[in-house]
Amino acid sequence: MNSLSFRTSAIVALFAVWVNGAWAQVTVKDPWVRGTVAQQKATGMFAHITSTNGGKLVAGSSPVAGVVEIHEMAMQGDVMKMRAIPGGLELPAGKAVELKPGGYHVMLMELRQQLKEGETVPVTLVIEGKDGKRESVEVKAPVKALTTQAAPMQGHKH
Amino acid sequence: MHGAKRVIANASRFDPSGRRGRRLWLAAAAAAVVAACSPQGSGDGRVTAGKFHAIDVTGADYGTDFRLADPQGRERTLADFRGKAVLLFFGFTQCPDVCPTALSRAVEVMRLLGDDGTKVQVLFATVDPERDTAELLQAYTTTFHPSFIGLRTDLERTRETAKHFKVFFAKVPTGSSYTMDHTAMTYAFDPQGRLRLAIRHSATAREVADDVGLLLKGR
Repeated sequence: MNSLSFRTSAIVALFAVWVNGAWAQVTVKDPWVRGTVAQQKATGMFAHITSTNGGKLVAGSSPVAGVVEIHEMAMQGDVMKMRAIPGGLELPAGKAVELKPGGYHVMLMELRQQLKEGETVPVTLVIEGKDGKRESVEVKAPVKALTTQAAPMQGHKH
Repeated sequence: MHGAKRVIANASRFDPSGRRGRRLWLAAAAAAVVAACSPQGSGDGRVTAGKFHAIDVTGADYGTDFRLADPQGRERTLADFRGKAVLLFFGFTQCPDVCPTALSRAVEVMRLLGDDGTKVQVLFATVDPERDTAELLQAYTTTFHPSFIGLRTDLERTRETAKHFKVFFAKVPTGSSYTMDHTAMTYAFDPQGRLRLAIRHSATAREVADDVGLLLKGR
């Protein structure tokens, strides 16, 4: 683990995001976006998302990206596959769902600018409740270094 | 060997020109992994268990060399890196997950090797040459480490190179864009330029450093 990730995680831990309105049922903790180099058109956002009553993460948007999708990365044998999750990412009631390297991420595509370490990226996540109502969650995700190392990838269970 | 159980092990031929061929590629590569993981090795008598953490592919008839351009446009082959252990990874820069993880691991491997870290050359060959321009590759790889070299070529030779290294890749449309499925193995070559190891994505930096250290010792 490099020292960079320790340094940035200390900063990121401060960013617990709570969201709009009295009916809000979704919390997003420790969001971060992987930084990019110039010309790079895609990256991922990671976070811990909890829906109090359960729901689905169905969409997202961001001023820095033309397209935002909810993706899952999976290793099949030694091949990495990445897909939009059809119907959205299930958020079981009260359970934090981890979006992290080696699993789920919010894919930011058609980036309009380079995302530099230390900046903050606004991302709106759309969560659909069990009653079909959609709730928007504003997330301010700090940008970590492109080189940020994921936790050691042991025992994939896809 | 957690990946072995999901492997389809009955394909041994491929037709790299077609989509189906690429699937078979995957199966063939996976079958090779299964063979290499079994205690008896692949049956050619050259695969030995135990010495390395990674899959020992010494003597393999694939992955013998490449001819790819660096960001300055110079054509590179393995001969350019004699005397160094080479770590070769196939990926693409629009990759939020495994590619940065593999390259960060390589940085850590060099650090763990101490003085011997300078005897390691990391190469990142793109499977997405349409989007990964020379400039982008240069910026991307050197962000991880100034010594890392990005390699690219046209689509046709990218396919040929991947085939020669038993690397699967496929474009997958998503929204108005596309992403790439690809083999996430890192290949290790010894200082004589011989393909020696196939390192899985799940290997830790410590394991890779141990293996590369052995290669540098002439093992």
